[in-house]
Amino acid sequence: MGPVLVALAVLAGGILLASLRVNPYIYFAGYVVLQYIVIATAWNILGGYAGYVNFGTPAFFALGAYTAIFLMEAYKAPLPVLIVAGGLVSAVLGLGIGYLTLRLRGTFFSIATLALSVVLQTLIINWDFVGGAKGFTVIRPSPPFFGNWALLLFTVMVGMAAAAVVVARFIERSWIGRGLSALRDNEEAAECMGVPTLRLKLFATTISGFFLGVAGAPFPYYVTYVEPASAFDLNYAVNALAMPMIGGTTTWIGPVIGAVLLGTAQQVATVTISSELNLLIVGVVLVFFVVLAPEGLVGLARRLRGR
Amino acid sequence: MRKPWKPGILGWSLVGVAVVALVLAGLDPSTAQTKNPIKIGLGMALTGGLSANGKPALMAIQIWKDDVNRKGGLLGRPVELIYYDDQTNPSTVPGIYTKLLDVDKVDFVVSGYGTNLIAPLMPIVMERKLTLMGILGLANNEKYKYPNYFQIQPAGPDPEANWATGFFELAARQNPKPQTVALVGADAEYPRNALPGAREWSKKLGMKIVYDKTYPPSTVDYTPIARAIKAVNPDVVFVASYPPDSVGMIRAANEVGLQPKIFGGGMVGLQYTSVMTSLGPILNGIVNYDFWAPEPTMMFPGIKEFFAEYQKRAKEAGVDPLGYYLPPYAYAAVQILGQAIEATKSLDQQKVADHIRKTEFSTIVGKVKFGQNGEWAKSRVLQVQYQGIKGTDLEQFRGPGKKIVLYPEEFKSGTMIYPYAAARK
Amino acid sequence: MFSWDLLANAVVAGVLLGGFYAAVSLGISLTFGLLDVVNIAHPAFVVLGAYMAYMMNTAFGVDPILTGVVLMPVFFLVGAAVYRIYYGSFERRGEEALRGLVFFFGVLFIIEVSLSLTYGVDYRMVEAGYIGKSIDLGGVGISFRLLVPFIVGLVMTLALHLFLSRTFYGRAIMGVSQDRLALRLMGANPVRIKTIAFGIGIAAATLSGTLLIAIAPVVPSTDRDYIGRVFAITVLGGLGSIGGTLVAALILGIAESLMATFFGPSWSLAVSFGVLLLALAVRPAGLFGR
Repeated sequence: MGPVLVALAVLAGGILLASLRVNPYIYFAGYVVLQYIVIATAWNILGGYAGYVNFGTPAFFALGAYTAIFLMEAYKAPLPVLIVAGGLVSAVLGLGIGYLTLRLRGTFFSIATLALSVVLQTLIINWDFVGGAKGFTVIRPSPPFFGNWALLLFTVMVGMAAAAVVVARFIERSWIGRGLSALRDNEEAAECMGVPTLRLKLFATTISGFFLGVAGAPFPYYVTYVEPASAFDLNYAVNALAMPMIGGTTTWIGPVIGAVLLGTAQQVATVTISSELNLLIVGVVLVFFVVLAPEGLVGLARRLRGR
Repeated sequence: MRKPWKPGILGWSLVGVAVVALVLAGLDPSTAQTKNPIKIGLGMALTGGLSANGKPALMAIQIWKDDVNRKGGLLGRPVELIYYDDQTNPSTVPGIYTKLLDVDKVDFVVSGYGTNLIAPLMPIVMERKLTLMGILGLANNEKYKYPNYFQIQPAGPDPEANWATGFFELAARQNPKPQTVALVGADAEYPRNALPGAREWSKKLGMKIVYDKTYPPSTVDYTPIARAIKAVNPDVVFVASYPPDSVGMIRAANEVGLQPKIFGGGMVGLQYTSVMTSLGPILNGIVNYDFWAPEPTMMFPGIKEFFAEYQKRAKEAGVDPLGYYLPPYAYAAVQILGQAIEATKSLDQQKVADHIRKTEFSTIVGKVKFGQNGEWAKSRVLQVQYQGIKGTDLEQFRGPGKKIVLYPEEFKSGTMIYPYAAARK
Repeated sequence: MFSWDLLANAVVAGVLLGGFYAAVSLGISLTFGLLDVVNIAHPAFVVLGAYMAYMMNTAFGVDPILTGVVLMPVFFLVGAAVYRIYYGSFERRGEEALRGLVFFFGVLFIIEVSLSLTYGVDYRMVEAGYIGKSIDLGGVGISFRLLVPFIVGLVMTLALHLFLSRTFYGRAIMGVSQDRLALRLMGANPVRIKTIAFGIGIAAATLSGTLLIAIAPVVPSTDRDYIGRVFAITVLGGLGSIGGTLVAALILGIAESLMATFFGPSWSLAVSFGVLLLALAVRPAGLFGR
């Protein structure tokens, strides 16, 4: 119960911060950072815990966003429905891709996820109901709380981030996490010891997909105009990799640290230095960490404390 | 089995300090404290897919700022420009403009470049009841009908249909009248907007559509498409494409010998100097949309001086060296805003918007009057034809004679060479 | 609007395109197919090669393919260096699965963004004698712009095949891919062999990049279009088979061309990758895989 209480406390803190109505910019920027906490945590469940690299983060994220758009347009569904539906659809995608490729080696899964984004993007471009290549403009109804969408979305994202982290922590410490960790280290040995590797992998892909979709579902409300090129932006893929790498992939707190640091730095860079330089820095930092500090900041801290 | 690691006080405080430091760094509005400037803020595509146009647009706006400040500023105060890079990514727009409005506290905002970058800005300006000058976006206000939005793109009252208007009107005037049409475009936002207009026109003029397809933007080779079009032998070929596909289509058409009677229409990219110099003579005969050409009929007051300054700066900045497409319009947009501020002697959003709505302005791109939905009251999408291009030298494009304005009548600067094949000799 | 003429043209164009795709995929066939190194940064090197050709072409008027051939030794060394880093940081420690992939992704990103910073995002093209000309063979038009890269692609494939089967180092590379221990016992150093192989792969990538810019204009983000294509081709052809890569590339080229001509180009991209996913699900060994 402990972590759930903490999560609820975080959510309460978020609501409090929202009702203070400090400088609106904080809510816009904060939304993006919180969104990345969810994305990085979700990615890490499969990438860090199980060792299967998903390059197709944009596909899952965008699918969540476009599911939301579809439901908005067809049924005028309210936000909670959009979020749950977005998550479920992306979860199914994760399950599907997993089922197709996880019986093969990890590299095939990764290659398949690369192709996934392109295929999905082509499908969306040709689907006029959700705007297709033209893009979709969201006309937002009156926000049910706070009177201001920025505040409401911020709070929603705080809740999501807290939920994602609680789930990741739970998985990490449970038998699922131990099983994933075993198959990450040596899949054949884990199989021999009776670990149900395929089922665990499918579980991880599904949960990872669910949270990526959930992160994408409020995106149309946040940005009010969604078009395939930016919904499927490669930056989501790179950040989903870089943030856990920088923070540390073996524990739930790594992605959080990575997302907070890198996300905040990127938000600041957007409004200060050239943003392309910012992208270059992300790439360099990623390679730096992967080569020299593969266990991320968490790992470095561990070594410093002599554990 | 490793014991799950708890970050402890040290870990958390490290994270906290880092966050606070970064946030504070970002929030600190470093304003050069001159005597109470008027601040105009915008996001602009300085990187990413549209930066080839975004950077010249920003430069044009900066030239305006310098021009205004040299003459004493607006309302006696200097003008300051605050801008950020939107990376051609619509999802950065809410954050950027919120920072401009709430942290940098700008007095007026101007849009970024491109339909996709203006779209996410609309709800924000509507919510705060701001005046918005839009910089080249197609039909952004159709859904909202917001009264304080003004678009500098000369598309006119029915922007999506008007793209093809001039092209088809020219086709209809020819004798014998063309009978068959091929429509082709990229699977992307702009062509998806432009092609319906072309379809409407084809039906209106009683032309039969013999080919109507789109292609994915990442297509490498356009020869199959050009061949398929040639196979149906259309009189008219209307293409709605972005720069890489425009180049690909023209080259492919040249290779397979696709020669309809009239070819072109809605190809973006032909207006860029680098594309013109790269394609050279195979551009001859193409009839295409444009916004400005260095022809005698288009020399409005102030435009010569603008281009002199722009071309000087462009050389150093490594952007489009001639700037004959978007830059004068970006300049005109802020020129109008400045004139409105001076005329109403105020910074009140509503007063300025009301003034813009009912006034005909004299700008470096000629007379501008806004109509329904903030679009131009009368369309001024030009149709030009490339004629007499020899080789790939840049200088031939600097002056008149290579890009002849055919439409509309009041800006016509030469005669059309018809059919297309005649211009290719 | 079907006609034999159109079909013939589409197939021929597809074959020519396929030859080019083969050139691009050769490097991956070598490094991934034989050496099991998932170099996702490969397409970025292709685009890098394209920009090198652009630079030499605009500055000195040098033919792009000539640039490619001349620069091959340079990029061989670059490839060797990259492999050394990869090996030292990951392969030696057996952590290549996750970290190696991420490493190459980072390299891809760095190359792409560096190109954007240096050259901007304008489309870049080259001028060469054969661009823009075409010949007509009995109703079928063949554009030189595609023909020359096709020929170069065939030559590259043949050269690589001969290298792998006839030379000492080539056979050593085949050996490394099959049995590392045996190779060591025979006195060859597997790391050195793999370094050479990787270097060749990158050199091939950059040469194919010079072909790319002859065919179509290039921007830094062009690499993303090819990530899926090259892996689709390599997997479809079968890992470890150079000939298989050529066949798969031809198939993909023809498929894309036919789709573009008869059904409208909208879906051809997705179809290619759909084929990849299906191949992975149904027969991951590919057509000619071991």
